Amino acid sequence: MNDFVGRLTWADLPFAAALANPTPSALIGAGAAFLLVLGAIALAVILTATRAWSGLWRDWLTSLDHKRIGIMYIVLALVMLARGVIEGALMRLHQAFALNGGGFLSEDHYAELFSTHGTIMIFFMAMPFLTGLINIIVPLQIGARDVSFPLINAISLGLTAAGAALVMISLVVGQFSTGGWSGYPPYTGIAFSPGEGPDYWIWSITLASIGTTLSGINFAVTIYKERAPGMTFMRMPMFCWTALCVAILMIFALPPITVASLMLALDRTLGFHFFTADLGGNMMNFANLFWLFGHPEVYILVLPAFGVFSEVFSTFSGKRLYGYTSLVAATMAIAILSFTVWVHHFFTMGGSAYLNAVFGAATMTIAIPTGVKIYDWMATMYRGRIRLSVPMVYAIGFIMLFTIGGLTGIQLANPTISYQVHNTLFLVAHFHNMLVPGLLFGMLAGYTYWFPKVFGFRLDNRTGYATAFCWIAGFTLVFFPLYAVGLMGMTRRTFDYTVAAFQPWMTVSAVGGFIVILAFALLAAQLVVSVRQRARLAVPAGDPWDGRSLEWSAPSPPPEWNFAIIPQVDDRDDFARRKEAGIFVARNVTYEDIELPKNTAQGPAYAAFGTLLGVAMVWHIWWLAGASVLTLIGLVIGRSFQTDLTRIIPAAEVEAADRAIRRLQRETPATGRDAEATFANRGRALPEMAP
Amino acid sequence: MKCRVMPCGYADTVTRRGLQSALLLTAALLSGCTPQGNSFFTPGGPVAQSEQSHFFVIAAISLVAILPVLILTPLIVWRYRRHGGKGRYVRDWDYSRILEMGMWGVPVLIVAVLTMQLVRNTLELDPYRPIASEVEPLRVEAVALNWKWLFILPDHGIATVDELAIPVGVPVAFRLTSDSGMQSFLVSALAGQIYVMPGMATRQVLMADRPGSFAGRNTQFNGRGFAGQRFVVEALPKNDFEAWVERARDAGHPLEAGTYAVLAKPSSGSEAAQALGASIDRPLRFAPVQADLFTTILHRYMRPGGAPPTGTPGAVVHSKTNGMPPGHAGTHGATP
Repeated sequence: MNDFVGRLTWADLPFAAALANPTPSALIGAGAAFLLVLGAIALAVILTATRAWSGLWRDWLTSLDHKRIGIMYIVLALVMLARGVIEGALMRLHQAFALNGGGFLSEDHYAELFSTHGTIMIFFMAMPFLTGLINIIVPLQIGARDVSFPLINAISLGLTAAGAALVMISLVVGQFSTGGWSGYPPYTGIAFSPGEGPDYWIWSITLASIGTTLSGINFAVTIYKERAPGMTFMRMPMFCWTALCVAILMIFALPPITVASLMLALDRTLGFHFFTADLGGNMMNFANLFWLFGHPEVYILVLPAFGVFSEVFSTFSGKRLYGYTSLVAATMAIAILSFTVWVHHFFTMGGSAYLNAVFGAATMTIAIPTGVKIYDWMATMYRGRIRLSVPMVYAIGFIMLFTIGGLTGIQLANPTISYQVHNTLFLVAHFHNMLVPGLLFGMLAGYTYWFPKVFGFRLDNRTGYATAFCWIAGFTLVFFPLYAVGLMGMTRRTFDYTVAAFQPWMTVSAVGGFIVILAFALLAAQLVVSVRQRARLAVPAGDPWDGRSLEWSAPSPPPEWNFAIIPQVDDRDDFARRKEAGIFVARNVTYEDIELPKNTAQGPAYAAFGTLLGVAMVWHIWWLAGASVLTLIGLVIGRSFQTDLTRIIPAAEVEAADRAIRRLQRETPATGRDAEATFANRGRALPEMAP
Repeated sequence: MKCRVMPCGYADTVTRRGLQSALLLTAALLSGCTPQGNSFFTPGGPVAQSEQSHFFVIAAISLVAILPVLILTPLIVWRYRRHGGKGRYVRDWDYSRILEMGMWGVPVLIVAVLTMQLVRNTLELDPYRPIASEVEPLRVEAVALNWKWLFILPDHGIATVDELAIPVGVPVAFRLTSDSGMQSFLVSALAGQIYVMPGMATRQVLMADRPGSFAGRNTQFNGRGFAGQRFVVEALPKNDFEAWVERARDAGHPLEAGTYAVLAKPSSGSEAAQALGASIDRPLRFAPVQADLFTTILHRYMRPGGAPPTGTPGAVVHSKTNGMPPGHAGTHGATP
């Protein structure tokens, strides 16, 4: 029996722990596990009752359509975001009471929460969100029918989902790591954490990071090879440029974390000594490898949001993007510099003053291109006609808040200041100040901006404004107090504190936590309201915002093949220019057969066996680990024997669909920007005219 | 601040929020609500003093680039708003050579100035560089244990746990290591932090220029006792310091291999005192101290054959409460 389930025992279920010792903390743990199990059962029941299983399998899980894969990425991100914000708010609430041990969570539970919160938010919320957005939008923006490697795309999603599944399983079976999202040994080594926690962290990160590396290769090749005729690099929309930089960063930055986590797994499972204190191991090497990934990762997270904001500022100012060349140069500069600054994450580890000075100076340098970007966005609004749409509220909130985060970032780049505020809540406030406005606001702006493109109807405006407002207010209330207590000397990751002066700040922060929860609830409410009103909010003609780039020329939602005829591109804002000049597609076009990839179960199989592999490695169920690895390899080999991989959409079908779309676009009444937010907006834009 | 809709439009609201937050932060810094002795905002010595001034100088220089954003963004949004904005709409305007030079030039200049500051400050406050003083520095050897700090004063033959007294006006030269995991040594009001790791030694220098009681702690998460892992640095006038040393000598237990093995097990300072049969009401003090204890600890990780968990005092196998691996204890918050 013991060999069959490895080191798994009944006591690893949180329900058992809660029964044995019903503290508030244990009950919260058991409650969360209960909710997860209940949610999974409810989902299964709903799918069965509505007979949606086959549709889910056929249209979604096995689909290789980049748009559907992108949507699944974003659904995953939103599910994980729900858990992440609840965990964050729970920690803030605990801290509001934690003066002299007054909180309601146990020390272990608190440590588990900050570890899962960080791991989830970075690897399973932010990464899937931006990967999903890039997946959906980049092919549409460059005039392509799909990404270069649709199957690899599905496998990437499968591996990411397997990692996320492991984190979710850790809620129900056993315990997650308490070593933080960065998982520094030796604390996460076998001597200090012999349990399964760090193994959950290791295997979820390993699976997800391999998936992301593959995504990076896929995106880079797509942008290099699939651009429509005339879409030169310097005509690409800014979002594609940021996607390209992100893809390059993914290719070079993710392997170090895969390697580091696997080395840690070797230390833990097979008694290696890469990062132990003895026998020649060196824990500093983990810190180096981790941040060699970790710092470029920051820009993997932020750059796509910069891309979204570039599109949003330009579209909602009714104006060409200011300083395109500068923005491209700045983006590239940031991508390259991001590999030269990783030591600033451990100025305090005792390196020489010269080392710290060099890396501090390099860090400072990143402020130059980042500053240029901010100024360029301001200049894009300057001389524009600014519509304060929901994405624009996120964008303006971002500029203001991100700039303040930039100030504290410049301070932290100074080793002598880092010596003081490193590992304090000042640091926590700083990186949330970069990532909440700089990543989450960007993703939510992109979600609101491109939602009508993907689903064919706009999101409700009123709930949208309320959501954006609550995110901005909630963020401000949660994190600005953390700056203050950080400077007053409050260390991060402490489950209680003894200085009474911290408590008022922590109370304000907890109130902010509630507003963030409210913001998330409103985000869900917005989706419900919008789906209910989808007929009135529909924008079938595809261009609800008077968009400037190619994706807006396609109908909403776009057909599976995106473009019936691959467009010819003659300008940077090609679609905007054509609208202004009143030129549309040439009349006598010939349609051709379109070849699309057939559905395949490879993606879900990778998710399933990846998850099994992870579970097996965490619980030392060796037979299952072996079987999973063999299956995963077998899947690749099996696939290579398959020859019938594509299906053909006949030219006649394409033509009929395209003519119907064009007729619809022609017959839709055009609306000006005054009516943008009304039900009159059916997706055909009357371009904003210069005076 | 509640979630409410303002009549004047969202841009204005967002803007105001940003400025409010900035002011809120500044107010927090200047109102002096920082508890004494807890932070470099109430510095007790020259190192923390310099670090505080770096904090403000860097912020002030950076504001040259940052204030225009915070001020101009709301103005631009207001002036060029679609309804009622007075600004002239120029649809195709997307480049200006002068603006471009300013956008790149100003940040380059500011970063150049900041970098010069940074390099000078970093070299000046190098924790490996002795503080210039005519007085001979006090040598302290610090060992990070789970979850307490052992301070050895080799020149005085005493050692203390979670309490260190230093004479005012005398530089203190620390040599630090860990006999547990990775930790970080911070006495914020006196100097910034430095990491410690098993098998490696780091250094730190600081000096108190006024008497006072300064809070110190480990800032790197290291498990169950982390939140409580605090210590106090008492800066005393010279005579009081010597009296403190005398008291430690009189009251101290001898610190040799056996005592150290008990001390080094995972426990808080007072739990360790209990285990050693000492009073738990005040910090543990030891005298005499085994010669070369620090070096012995440092070198234990470099022996051929290694230091297995059973030979690593911070490891879980030694912990009373975590006797079983956490996973098997079902510790979803079950640890009391």
